Formats: sequence, structure tokens, C-alpha cells
Amino acid sequence: MSAPQINPFIIFFASIITSNMVLSNFLGMCSFISVSNEFKTASGLGKAVTLVMVFTTVINFVIYKFVVVPLGIEYLRYVVFIIVIAASVQIIELAMDRFLPDLYIKLGIFLPLITVNCAILGISLFMVIRNYNFWQTLLFGLGSGLGWWLAISALAAIREKTGKSKIPKGLEGPGLTFIIIGLMALAFMGFSGIFVIQ
Amino acid sequence: MEILLTIISITGISTVLAVLIIIAEKFLNNYGECEIDINEGDRSLKVEGGSSLLSSLAANKIFIPSACGGKATCGLCKVKVMEGAGPLLPTEEPYLTPEERKDGVRLSCQVKVKGNLRVYIPEELFNISEYIATVTEINDMTHDIKEYRLEFKEGEEIKFKAGQYMQIETKPYEKVREKAIRAYSISSAPSDNKAVELIIRRVPGGVCTTYMHDYVKVGDEVRITGPYGDFYMRDDSDEYVLMAGGSGLAPIKSLVMDIMEKGLDKKMIFIFGAVSKKDLYYEDFFRKLDEENEKFTYVPCLSRPEPDDKWEGETGLVTEVLGKYVKSGEGMHAYLCGSPGMINACVDVLVTTDFSEEKIYYDKFS
Repeated sequence: MSAPQINPFIIFFASIITSNMVLSNFLGMCSFISVSNEFKTASGLGKAVTLVMVFTTVINFVIYKFVVVPLGIEYLRYVVFIIVIAASVQIIELAMDRFLPDLYIKLGIFLPLITVNCAILGISLFMVIRNYNFWQTLLFGLGSGLGWWLAISALAAIREKTGKSKIPKGLEGPGLTFIIIGLMALAFMGFSGIFVIQ
Repeated sequence: MEILLTIISITGISTVLAVLIIIAEKFLNNYGECEIDINEGDRSLKVEGGSSLLSSLAANKIFIPSACGGKATCGLCKVKVMEGAGPLLPTEEPYLTPEERKDGVRLSCQVKVKGNLRVYIPEELFNISEYIATVTEINDMTHDIKEYRLEFKEGEEIKFKAGQYMQIETKPYEKVREKAIRAYSISSAPSDNKAVELIIRRVPGGVCTTYMHDYVKVGDEVRITGPYGDFYMRDDSDEYVLMAGGSGLAPIKSLVMDIMEKGLDKKMIFIFGAVSKKDLYYEDFFRKLDEENEKFTYVPCLSRPEPDDKWEGETGLVTEVLGKYVKSGEGMHAYLCGSPGMINACVDVLVTTDFSEEKIYYDKFS
């Protein structure tokens, strides 16, 4: 497999908009829906996810290229990626408890749950499947993180509005949320004429 | 070879990450030295931040009751934190009433010491210690009540409020395979701080009373903890009604001795309920107090005096006698100690004599 020579910046923008992790690949849905009631918390989680994504994709890239491949243990990549993600989340949790205690408490269980956020493992796996080089990987991780952050912040902002509006009873809660997510996905897809990756 | 390689590489990666986490923990979880101010400057502890308030206090020999060991499942380790606790955690919410939340009550196992804290801990909590006391005296008070004097080890002292109780931990004996813990009120005065005296009435089949009555001899060591309890004198009244039944006399005796020793100017009436003359004890002590003090009245009351008793004092139930001696309870305090039945009946009578219910303090022995 040869690395597709896509400009890293195209990957960056595409992963924010047209190939948005959550809105086009439907990865990382659980926290996307459950922590999007309030803009501030959602944005906080978005930052945490972005941080973890960049952190873990870079570490995973390095470990994959320089440890896993040379040793010929590609079949262990899931285990390796998961351990790296778990350790990163652990460290970020410690840091957040120290420096952002309010956000730490608000995120509650969803912070450790980033460990099993499929979007995060997804990035590391896509990076391997698509055979990205370092810069592509870095910008892919960063772009996907920012894309997830943008999506959850936008959803939370809309949900804060709908929370104060009169909506039909049957649509309250998850019903309307899913409709909003669908419309958002359509809107993000609207950019697909400009750039798209895979 | 491949198996080895797999194991080594996974182990290697895990080790590196574990080391990273340890370094991060050392660096990020290091809150430096924090100061815990207890009861508005009463005490001040310097602790290393990063651990829970519960364990930081325990490290300084302040034992907050906790049954689950810091897992937020028992809800016992409540402590009032005035400053520095951070927001309430979801793990604490189920255990705190709205009033407690307003008052800043927190579960000390969930509060992490990250900076200086100001906390309020009820005095009796940081007074609780464990003692291995030696039985130095056993006196028969009545046919079924014994008085025990338990002396502490050289240099050990206790600070308690008259009316509080100790817990005795029994050792397994005969068919009783497990240790048991039972509470007994202290009958000695707080000034006698190198020992405690307990009054123990034999309960037929009782695990601890049988142990104390039949197995413990002078010279034996007994494990006790305390002091516990919120049955103690409040100082905002000058007139007290004291009532006791059976072994409930213990805390009342301590209270009276405390008041006498301190020379407090209190008017007291002590009504002691017993079945017959053979159930009366500390008679001489209280009669002497009565004679020597104008303000102290001792009223023993027998419910069923035997003909041989030649009893000339009060007879009947304590509630009847109570109504006779206490006409108006306005501004008075009542301290009751005895069986739940007796206490409930007495509270009912006291309330009809203008006693404010908050001023009736009791300790139910069951």
C-alpha cells in the first residue's frame, strides 16, 4: 500500500466538515447525545476529546510505525491502541481534576468514557487503513477532534434553544435530538463538493 | 518466539505507559501542603493534598465514622465543610438532604484535599479514641446491676461530657464466637479522666452483659471506645428535671456529679424509678446530696414495693410522680434516661406541663 498523496490540509478540513467523525461516520455518538444538553459542558467535552484524539493518534502513529510494524505484531494493534488511549485518558483526567475541577465534575462519567469513545479508536484505525504519513495523521487527528467539538457544540447550542421552546410532546428529548442531528449531518454534507476524503 | 515477542511488546508498551501515568500522578496530584482548619481555628492540621478528607483526617487521628471505607456507599462520614471542598459530587447527592446541602455537609470520603479547607467536626467525634482499660473494681449495686471501674493505661486520659457513653467490645466466649459491641453510659464524673465507671445491668441472655457479669474479673483488660452520644447537659437553663429508670441512672449520676463539682447554680429534681427497694442503688449518694443541697431533690419511686421494704416514699409509676413534682416546665430542661417505654410516657407528661419538646433530652436504653 502506498500512501495516498492527499494534502494534509485537505484531510484537516475534510475531517472537520465533510468527513466529520460523528456526522458522517456516526462514531462517538453516545457522549455526543448525552452530554449535549448544555453548551458549556459540551464544549468542554469537545476540547477533551480533541486533546485525547490528537494525543492518541500521534502516539499511536509513532508506536505503530516504530514498534508494532518493525516487530511484525500488527495483529496486536487493537490492544496497543486501546492501551494508549486508556493511558492518555487517565493522564488527561488527572490534569483536568487539577486544572479544570468544575469541568471535571460536570463531565463526570463521560470523561473516563472517552476511553471507549469509538471516534477515538476509529481515528487510529483509519490512519492505519488509509496508510497516512505523520503530517496527514496529525492533521487528521486534529481535524477530527475539532470536527467533533464543532458538532457537539453546535448540537448543544441548538438543544439549549429547543429546551426553551415549545415543541410537540412526542418529539421531546431524544426524538428531536435525532432529527436535529440528521439535519446537521445534511448541512455538513452540503460541503462535499468542495473536498472529500474516502 | 512469537508468543514471547507478543508478551514482551505488550508488556513493554504497558510498562512505559504505566510509568508515564505514575509520573503524571506525582506531578498532577501533588497539591502540596494543605491546611485543614477545624472548628474555626480550634485545631489546624497540615496535610499533604491529593487524598480524601476522610483519610487525611484519619492520618491525624481524627476518626470520622465510616462503614464502607470511602466508597460513598454508607453515607456515614458526613462532615461540614465551610470552604475549599469544591462543588458537590454526584456520588454524594443521594446521601445528603437539601438542608444538609445548604449547610455545606459533605461526605468526607469524596472530598479531595486540594487546598486549604475549613471544616466543622462535632467535638465528640475527635474525642473518640480506643482504650485498652483494666478493670480495677467491680461492685455489686443491686442483685442484677454491677458497677465497673475501668482504668486507662498510664498517661491516657479521656475528655467527655457528662451523659455520654462508651462502647465495650467483647471477646468471643463460650458459644459466642464473634466479638460484640455494646454501649454503656459513663457514671463517673468527667473530672475523673483517667478512668471511666460503667453501670451494667444483667440482661438474661445478653451477649455483652453476660460477658461483663460472668467473665470479666478485676485485673482483666477490656477494649473500649468513646466517648459517644449527644445526651449531655446544655447550659441554657437553671432548672433541670432528671429522670432515670434502672441502669439509666448512670449518665444522670455523671451529670449531677459534674454540676456539683463545677459548683453550677442549678435547681434539680431527680426522680429515680425502680421496682422495689432491692433495685435502688446509690441511695446514700443521692440522699446525702439531697440533705446537703437545698437545690437538689432526690425522689426515689418504687412501682411495686415489697411488704418487707417498709417503703414510705413515692410509689407508682414515674410518670405519676413526675406530674406531682413538676407543675410547670417553662424554661426548664429535662434529661431522661431509661427504657423507651418509660421515656415516651414521660415525654408525653412533660409536654402537658409546658415543657418545650426541644428541651427534653433523652437517652433510650434498649
